[in-house]
Amino acid sequence: MSFPLLTATAVLPAVGAVATAAVPAARRTAAKWLALLVSLATLVLAAVVLARFEPGGARYQLTESHAWIKEFGVRYELGVDGIAVALIALTALLMPFVILAGWHDADPQETGSSRWRPTQGFFALILGVEAMVIISFEATDVFLFYIFFEAMLIPMYFLIGGFGDRAHAGSDEHAAAQRSYAAVKFLLYNLVGGLIMLAAVIGLYVVAGNFSLPEIVAARANGSLHMATSTERWLFLGFFFAFAVKAPLWPLHTWLPNAMGEATAPVAVLITAVVDKVGTFAMLRFCLQLFPEASKWATPVILVLALISIVYGALLAVGQRDIKRLVAYASISHFGFIILGIFAMTSQGQSGATLYMVNHGISTAALMLVAGFLISRRGSRLIADYGGVQKVAPVLAGTFLIGGLATLSLPGLAPFVSEFLVLVGTFARYPVVGIIATFGIVLAALYTLVLYQRTMTGPVKPEVSALPDLRVRELAVVVPLIAALIFLGVYPKPVTDLVNPAVKHTLSDVHKTDPKPAVEAAK
Amino acid sequence: MSAAAVHSLWTTAADPMLKIPAPKIEYGQLSPTLIVIGAAVVGVLVEAFVPRRSRYYVQAFLAVVALAAAFAAVVGLAAGGYGTTKAHIAAMGAISVDGPALFLQGVILLTGLVAIFTFAERRLDPEAHGNRVDSFAAQAASVPGSDSEKAAVKAGFTTTEVFPLALFAIGGMLVFPSANDLLTLFIALEVFSLPLYLLCALARRKRLMSQEAAVKYFLLGAFASAFTLFGIALLYGYAGSVSYGKIADVVDGSVQNIDPALADTMGNDALLLIGVAMVAMGLLFKVGAVPFHMWTPDVYQGAPTPVTGFMAAATKVAAFGALLRLLYVVLPGMRWDWRPVMWGIAIITMLGGAIVAITQTDIKRLLAYSSIAHAGFILAGVIATTPDGISSVLFYLGAYSFVTVGAFAVVTLVRDAGGEATHLSKWAGLGRRSPLVAAVFAVFLLAFAGIPLTSGFAGKFAVFKAAAEGGAGALVVIGVISSAIAAFFYIRVIVLMFFSEPKADGPTVAVPSPLTMTTIGVGVAVTVVLGLAPQYFLDLANQASVFVR
Repeated sequence: MSFPLLTATAVLPAVGAVATAAVPAARRTAAKWLALLVSLATLVLAAVVLARFEPGGARYQLTESHAWIKEFGVRYELGVDGIAVALIALTALLMPFVILAGWHDADPQETGSSRWRPTQGFFALILGVEAMVIISFEATDVFLFYIFFEAMLIPMYFLIGGFGDRAHAGSDEHAAAQRSYAAVKFLLYNLVGGLIMLAAVIGLYVVAGNFSLPEIVAARANGSLHMATSTERWLFLGFFFAFAVKAPLWPLHTWLPNAMGEATAPVAVLITAVVDKVGTFAMLRFCLQLFPEASKWATPVILVLALISIVYGALLAVGQRDIKRLVAYASISHFGFIILGIFAMTSQGQSGATLYMVNHGISTAALMLVAGFLISRRGSRLIADYGGVQKVAPVLAGTFLIGGLATLSLPGLAPFVSEFLVLVGTFARYPVVGIIATFGIVLAALYTLVLYQRTMTGPVKPEVSALPDLRVRELAVVVPLIAALIFLGVYPKPVTDLVNPAVKHTLSDVHKTDPKPAVEAAK
Repeated sequence: MSAAAVHSLWTTAADPMLKIPAPKIEYGQLSPTLIVIGAAVVGVLVEAFVPRRSRYYVQAFLAVVALAAAFAAVVGLAAGGYGTTKAHIAAMGAISVDGPALFLQGVILLTGLVAIFTFAERRLDPEAHGNRVDSFAAQAASVPGSDSEKAAVKAGFTTTEVFPLALFAIGGMLVFPSANDLLTLFIALEVFSLPLYLLCALARRKRLMSQEAAVKYFLLGAFASAFTLFGIALLYGYAGSVSYGKIADVVDGSVQNIDPALADTMGNDALLLIGVAMVAMGLLFKVGAVPFHMWTPDVYQGAPTPVTGFMAAATKVAAFGALLRLLYVVLPGMRWDWRPVMWGIAIITMLGGAIVAITQTDIKRLLAYSSIAHAGFILAGVIATTPDGISSVLFYLGAYSFVTVGAFAVVTLVRDAGGEATHLSKWAGLGRRSPLVAAVFAVFLLAFAGIPLTSGFAGKFAVFKAAAEGGAGALVVIGVISSAIAAFFYIRVIVLMFFSEPKADGPTVAVPSPLTMTTIGVGVAVTVVLGLAPQYFLDLANQASVFVR
């Protein structure tokens, strides 16, 4: 038996989480270094996965399969396609930066009970989330996926509620109340989504008799498994609802601004750049493959919701006074693009959507983490409290600008490629939808540039006149992310090569082919 | 005692020449029950003859040994194939020895064993006049606040009777799910209920509340018992027998020779329906299903917390066992009659328990309503009427009872000057002060909420899957919705513990002796193991899912 590489990639951060949590209270710094080392080791393993994966090879590679719960027909089945590999790489790549950026976020404020170890808990929870996210990207068994999809809510919940942003306008008590409200809202939204999915998971078992994604897809393709139209649609809705909450898609998005606003910047990155990707990833992997007909049936409605997300998210971002909430609404707009790309059902659209997931992860991480550095300096999240920062801290302002430009999809930076692909893919099948979605870009330019203008340019406000520029640790976080943005903006081929075969498989499962170009059709 | 035996007694009185045949009792197969009841009787003698100083130790030791021995006997019987191939009806048709019975007896004995540890805990309350005290009243008969109570406390009296009482209750619970005729069922019901009523009244702190709880429990329980008994009488009129097998035959219509004495009533469906409804009512009362749940919150709150934990876990196991046997052995022939009713009860139980729990401000009442919601989830599995339904209910009961005992054991630790601090506001910030205790309680709450990787999820998935396969898809959807509602209040407690600032006058967490630690440790271990690797136990429940008839 070969080395269980995928299991190792997921187990390593889990073990690291336990080890970090066990570090004695006095050795806080050791816990931080341990967490960082574990996340780097996980990155190495993810790189090995990337290297061992052959894009042109079998659909699911590096597969592992073991009996687990026979009574439920559940197997421990792992396997990755190109999409999963790309997202695992993204997750593993972002984690060291998240940990590094949150280096001081969980330092205890007061020397209270010696048994209360917030720092250890913070980093252990982050590693725990990483483990669960990675295994849900790897799982090809619906039940296995569900377990971790749902279980990752708990560490996320503690991260949001337990380690809030200290830069809060109101009193400490008010901040704590806001934070626990955000955490509970996050949990309840996602839990309700997950429980509705649970009903659909059970329904799927009753219909199919097992949970193995490849087996069910194969059985449906060769006709040995028949699903009544209405059954398929109900099951699809159950799955899609959970993923749409997670993604989040309008009108199920309202938890995200609260959660991202109240959480510390690294945790906000964890939410939007990593955890939410599981939702869009699962739409591609589970919704489309398990329920191809129902996916096509629901496409018009989903496209409309995605469009609303794009425009509505962008509009609300324009109106935000709080930097982190602004990024949150921008993310909602971007998730609209991702979902649009997935349900356009064209190869450009879906490749673009996958690429978008990766790029959005990196660009949001860059923007949000720099914003976090800024906020921790001034102690306020309000845009109005800043002004003229670029004169005081030019490096900070410059990196902030690049992150912002990536968010508005400036050509030359990575998100441009993916947004372009999504729009082309959408336009090929639904021209009107493509045109409306383009407005999202215009609005993105508006909210990003206005944000930059108000905070960084203009006269230097007295409160920010003494802001220090980025430190070495912070530069170590930002520079690699920006380098990745530029690299993937100029040369996205490695990712597209990785993703394209998987997208072709998915499309053939949905029985969709790319529409012929209009010119060629006219010949 | 079977119906035949009752008849023979009757006719013997009329005809002294007739010989009474000696009943054939399979002592070996009944040994779990006999060991526990025997130990309970010895416990009573200990109360009478052993000096007061050493009673506590003798009683605790006796109870633990008896429960462990009885559990060993259950394991032995199961290993000997009595759960599967050699399953049969023992003791002249009164007791069935089969898979479900042995499985549930095992669960009851194990939960009883870990619960007894919390009964024996004597480190939580501060010492009174130099004597270590447990959770129970110094002298139950003395009026709360009276001089005689003070004298009893000063003299260091303890109510060591709780151990034999608990053993009697466990003995009754062992018989309850294995009873194979209605009279045995009724006797078992009384044998385990009466000691529980008493145990409820024995709290050391908040004695008036405890006594009030006991009276409520007793009165409502007596009503429920009366209903059950009346239902049994009607069923006898319908079938001419109290034996499960014979009633089932009459229900199926396979009995031709009608007892001349009962010619007017036998086969009368009205008697059957009313009788079944009344017996089921008694069982649903014990289970705590809506609308027979009214006693649950008051009793759970008022009873001494170790008793609450024991009662919440073990009573539910025993009562669901009896309900399963009644529905699957006696009444499969009329499932089209009882299923719709059970559907309705399951729905209102799930929703009712979950919704009312939201407004609770006392942790024990909250757990009481949560136990009602869980009863609803289990009923969803009962309704499946498939072997999977049985095994899923068995598994759920096993998983649930350990979470419950563990959770209530944690409740006993959080204390302030007035004893246990059960008001939720006092739990604020517990996670800051005692991270470990709060984390353990959070694990139990997550298991109650059915979050994956805990035993609660495996159990919930099992019953919902069984229900969906049994054609109760709508029930699954409602179950899922009530799970979401229920999640809200479990989460609220977690929020309180971890995200709220601790109050200055907040409670302290008592450091327990290894006894309570064992209880909590076992609870956590079972919760995590059944969550991560439920395979073995699901197998076990699966093998045990065939009733003998």
